[in-house]
Parts: sequence; structure tokens; C-alpha cells
Amino acid sequence: MPNLEPEALVGSRITNQSLKRWLYSLPGVDKVGLEARAASLATRSIKTSSKAWALDMAIKMMDLTTLEGSDTPQRVKSLALKALTPDPTDLSCPSPAAICVYGDMVAHVKKALGNSKIHVAAVATAFPSGRASMPVKLLDTKDAVKAGADEIDMVIDRGAFLAGNYLEVYKQIQAIKEACKRVDGSYAHLKVILETGELQTYDNIRRASYLAMLAGGDFIKTSTGKVTVNATLPITLLMLQAVRDWHDQTGVLIGVKPAGGIKTAKDAIKYLVVVKEVAGETWLTPDLFRFGASSLLNDVLMQRQKLKTGNYSGPDYVTVD
Amino acid sequence: MFEYAPAPESRAIVSFKPSYGLFIDGKFTKPHDTYQTISPATEEVLAEITTASVKDVDLAVKAARNAFEKTWSKLSGAERGKYLYRIARIIQERARELAVAESLNNGKPIKESRDSDIPMVSAWFFYYAGWADKLDHAGLGANPQPLGVAAQVIPWNFPLMMLAWKIAPALAAGNTVVLKPAETTPLTALLFAEICQQAGLPDGVVNIITGFGETGAALIGHPDVNKVAFTGSTEVGRKIAKQIAGTDKKVTLELGGKAANIVFEDAALDQAVEGIVNGIFFNQGHVCCAGSRLLVQESIHDELIKKLKRRMETIRMGDPLDKNTDIGAINSKEQLDRITSLVKQGAKEGGEVWAPNCPIPKNGFWYAPTIITGVAATSTVAREEIFGPVLSVITFRTPGEAVAKANNTPYGLSAGIWSEKGSLILKVADQLNAGVIWANTFNQFDPASPFGGFKESGYGREGGRHGLMAYLKEGN
Repeated sequence: MPNLEPEALVGSRITNQSLKRWLYSLPGVDKVGLEARAASLATRSIKTSSKAWALDMAIKMMDLTTLEGSDTPQRVKSLALKALTPDPTDLSCPSPAAICVYGDMVAHVKKALGNSKIHVAAVATAFPSGRASMPVKLLDTKDAVKAGADEIDMVIDRGAFLAGNYLEVYKQIQAIKEACKRVDGSYAHLKVILETGELQTYDNIRRASYLAMLAGGDFIKTSTGKVTVNATLPITLLMLQAVRDWHDQTGVLIGVKPAGGIKTAKDAIKYLVVVKEVAGETWLTPDLFRFGASSLLNDVLMQRQKLKTGNYSGPDYVTVD
Repeated sequence: MFEYAPAPESRAIVSFKPSYGLFIDGKFTKPHDTYQTISPATEEVLAEITTASVKDVDLAVKAARNAFEKTWSKLSGAERGKYLYRIARIIQERARELAVAESLNNGKPIKESRDSDIPMVSAWFFYYAGWADKLDHAGLGANPQPLGVAAQVIPWNFPLMMLAWKIAPALAAGNTVVLKPAETTPLTALLFAEICQQAGLPDGVVNIITGFGETGAALIGHPDVNKVAFTGSTEVGRKIAKQIAGTDKKVTLELGGKAANIVFEDAALDQAVEGIVNGIFFNQGHVCCAGSRLLVQESIHDELIKKLKRRMETIRMGDPLDKNTDIGAINSKEQLDRITSLVKQGAKEGGEVWAPNCPIPKNGFWYAPTIITGVAATSTVAREEIFGPVLSVITFRTPGEAVAKANNTPYGLSAGIWSEKGSLILKVADQLNAGVIWANTFNQFDPASPFGGFKESGYGREGGRHGLMAYLKEGN
């Protein structure tokens, strides 16, 4: 059994300098090659039985999301009910993995979901910018956990990361992880949003992924969905390589969640192909791969109906939320 | 789990005639002395093909000579360019049909014939169409002249692409051609003959004759041929060089290779793995410039090989027409036997042979993607071109050693360098004896870029302005 203490993995006492040395020792990422690999996997042709399997899996992996200033208890309740019965015309349709909302909506979602196995995920730590003091971020997290959130989606401090303050980012993630602790001693699942669109380079994204895994994140997540560039196939491929290599090194399985901009069933299937061929079949489970999406579900439902009936329906044959 | 259901490209788009004659002087002759051409993936017979006799060769050369003197050399460059543009457009229009035909007859996966071969074929015609009226800028001074009749003999690994590499520059420069496709892959060349008819190309400018080695030898040896262009094995290339020695035939030979793909310890490893896979498993490794010798720095050997093996587990071998197939069939029984025996020899000489556990179809000719580690410089698999999906892995410690090992081969066609350090790439590239050197990529082709080798990999260049010069002489 490998020693999983961060000090053992980094090979030194954790300081900003040792973290930097460790992160910079990771192999570089060649942009052209990475994007070419993603583009080539995107040409896989997924038809008939494999498409049916993929559409259902995409739903099961979905974090059905609403993160608007205009969200109301009524609105999130409606979304929760949609998760319980995504397609009223076909009760065999699976449910999404979770409903993802702001912290103050957690209790409403929880109530609407009742005893269902669908999780409630809350964004926390001054989502989406992450610009707040640590006590505020901790309270934000604890509040959501107390309200019953099963999963916490935190944002990293991109400013600190870009300024080279890796230790600061690392400590914040660790502290939020502790804030995920429930009274019974168990932990809410922690997803660490890297906001890859703001990290700019693939090398940075690989380093941020490793930093989040070292600090104890259960999932690494691409984006908030609130910036110009959100999840892309190459970024997700890169993060899947990171969790795969982390598993080789430590035996620990970390999940990946692309979020933002995945709108069509066709897109979702490309991501599943990348999961299968890059990380491997082990990751083809909602425990280790999620889609953060709001409009994706309806497109998947329409494709699902098409496969079953042979005809395309239309937006009026799936519910608006 | 997530299994990919079959996703076959429909073959209804292509229909072969039951038998083909030769394409001479704009018309198909009556088939005679036919042999069967098959799909190497199923061994199904696709059509009957004519074996051209010495007499047929003579007729074809005469037709080409006649067309050269009466029509083609009389046309302005702009007029010749129009025909080439027309051919390029028809190839685009019939791209799917040509891709399916290529995959059927060659065994290569449809994703390669569809996304690589056929787009490159039309790109080649477009590129040289643009040159046809600009020959004054080809580097030979004002008013350069065509050579006359070109005899062109091409291999089976990229049948239509090799045809394009040969015919497009020849025609742009004002030559006429007699081309012989490889005996195992004649079908796309015969479809190309139909395209010449469709484009209204004057009779005799392009002649396609089919057959075996004797037909090729007769063509190359024909006294009225001015230019010989051959792509294929070094062994045959040597014979050709002897055969035409003492004549005034101009010649270009593009022969074998045993390229080094050099991975330094600071390389972007995941992308290097992709480059290694693309370098040796693209087109079943039937690529003269394949990266068949992996030179890996000792410090990253184990990690890289582990990543490479895992990646190889995901390679999908099978039906060439399935859109998800990564590796298709070996082109012929003969080639399969050669690969099998070379790998056996490599194992005997101490190499450790590894291949992923991939199911092998019952019919047809197949060879699983394979790597041989622990290969010594003296081993057969480190020195001889295998021309199959087999990678020999050799280690090195310093850049100097990498260069020495990379250059230690009778060939010199291509090489690859993987490093995140630009200065190292430039220094090493400067010291490698290879016609093409790729940095942090592999197997990239462009009609504007000259391609060709050093030493036993042949002489002359194809592609770009250099490729044009192989079909021109200085004007008066």
C-alpha cells in the first residue's frame, strides 16, 4: 500500500516551494497533440445499442443544475420533480445523479426529493468567483452541509493559483474538505472546480488537477459555467489522464466533472467515449464521472425517444424543467 | 459496459465491374489474362484484373507519346491546370466512394481512407493544378520543359494517394503518364481512370495498366519512356536503378525506411504516446516513413512503455469499413508472412514481444499491434524494415547517443523528436540524416512540403516545388 500522506507524495514537507517543485515536475502537455487526440476520439461512431446505453448513462451521470440569481424554491422544486420523473411518457427513464443548486436552495430540493437516491449538490465558497474571505467560504460550505447537501462544489482561488501561491490554494481546499464534515463524522463529497477557462494553459490545468487531488478533493471539475470558456473535450481528456495517473500512483479513484457548455446528447456521448478510452471503464459510473448541465437533459430525452420510436419528437414533447 | 456497436460504412456507394481491362488512350481495353483482386479483410473477390503484356505496355507508351506530342504539351499551363482542378473537384465529389473502394481493396480503416488518404489525394491535385501556369517559378529559369512520357510504378500501401503524388506533378509540368498500380490494389486507380474520362482529359494523357512485377519492369524498361518514378521496396528500387543505368531516363525512387522516433525525458508523455501510436500503427504500419524504431531515454522507459501498452489495449482492430476501426487488415498473405517471420526472428534474438489481447477475425490477413522491447542494435527487428504494425523499442542515455543510434541505419527517410525543449529539438534535428523530421508530431503530410529520403531510402523529392522539378528540364 503506498503512503498516501501528501508529504510522502510530494516527497517533502508541504511548502509553497515544494509544491511548486512537485507540480513543475509533471510532464508537460502538448496543446496540438492533446487537441488532435480529442478530435480523433470525437469521430467515434456510436450507434444503436451502444447509443441507447450511452444516453441512459449520460442521464445517470448528470448533475441537473440551476445556478441563477433568479432561482426560487418553486423553481428548484420543479427541477427536483423533473429529476424524479425525467420523461413522464417513459417511466423506465433513469434519473440524474444529483440536483445542483446554490446553498440556500438545498433544503427545498431535499424536501422535494424525499427519500429518493438522487443527491443534492450545492455550490459553495463564494461561487462562482471565489472572492471572499476564508471564514465566509467555510461558513458557506458548512451551511450547505448542514442543510443536507450530499456534495459540495467549491471553487479554487484562481488568483492565488496564477500568482504561484500553490500553498494557499492547497490549504483552502483542505480547509473546505474539513468543513464538509457532518456531525456524524462522515463527509459530504467535495468537487473542486478549477475554472479551467481562467487557468488558460493546459499545463496549468494539469497542475491544478494534481493540487486538488493532493489536497483531498473527491472530484475535479472543469468550470462554473459562468465564464467564457467552460468544459471542452481536450480539457476533460487532460483531467481524465490526471485521475488515471493519480490512481496508478496512489490507488485512489478521483472523479471528473465537466460542466458548462455541454448541451447535446451528441456532445455527451463524445465525453463518454473519452472517459472509456482515456481513463478506462472503471470511470464509467456516476460515482466517478458527472456532467454539470442544465439544458443537456432534454436533448438526451429527445434522442432517447427517437431511438425508441424511430421518430424525432420536439421540444414540446419534453418538459421545460 | 460501453461496447461500440458495429458502425459500418455502406459499401453500396461503390460498384466495381466484374472485370477490368487496361485504360489506354482514354478507353478501357477488353480484359485478358485476368487475375483476382480481393479484399484482404475477408478474402472476398472484388473483381478480375488484366495482366498487361509487353505488347499492352507498348500500346500504352505509344498512346502517352502520341498524347504528349499532339495535345498535352501544346496546351497552355492554364489549360492543363483547368483539367487538374476538374479532377480534384471530381475526387472530392466522389470522395466517399473512393474511400470505401480503398478500404475494401487495401484493408485500411475507413476513418483513414475517409479522413486522410482521399482528402490528401484531392489536395495534391489542387496544389499542382495551381502550379501548372507558374512553371517559370519552379526554380529552373524561364520556360522549363516537360520530360515527355513518365513511367510510374506505385505501391499498395496508399494506392490512390501514391497515384496522386505521381500523376499530379507530372501532368502539371506537361508530361503524359503510364501508371501501374500494385497488383494487390488496382481498383482505385481504375476508378481514377473513369474520373479522367469524366473530366474530359484528352485521350492518352493518363494511361493505367495493371499487372505484376514483369509488367512494371517492361514499362520501366520501355525505350520510349523519358522518366521513371517508383515508390516501393529498396530491393525493387535497386533493380530499377540497374535496369535503367546507362539510359537518359530521369529517375526518382522513394524506397524503404526504418525511422527513429526519439522520445526525450522531458517530452509531453501522453502526446508522445499518441505520436508513437500514430507513427507505427497508422495504416497497419504499412508506411515507408513509419516510426518503427522507438528510441526512448532510459530514465522514462518504464513509464512510457506502461502508458504505451495501456493505449494499445484500446486500439480496435477489425472490419476496415467499420467507422470505429483503428487498425485494418494486412494487405496480403505474403506481407503477413513476412511480418510474422521477422517478429519471430526478433524474439529469437532476445527481444520481448508484446501485443494486446485483441480478437483476430477468422478470414483475411491480420496482425495485432505489437511492440518488441529490449531490442539490441544488432537485432534484425532493429535493422530491417518490417512494414507492419510492429514497433522495436531501443533505449538511449544522452542526446548524442540518440543521434548516433537514429542515424545507424542504411535508411534515411524520416524521424521524429519529442521534447518540450525547443533548443534540443533544433540541435538534434540538425544532426539527423533523414528527409523528413517531425517534432512533437508524426506522419504529417502536405502537398506543399517535399518528401523523400537519403541513403537507401531513395532519391528525388515528391511534393512542393521540389516535386515539380522531378518532371521538368531547363528550357532553351
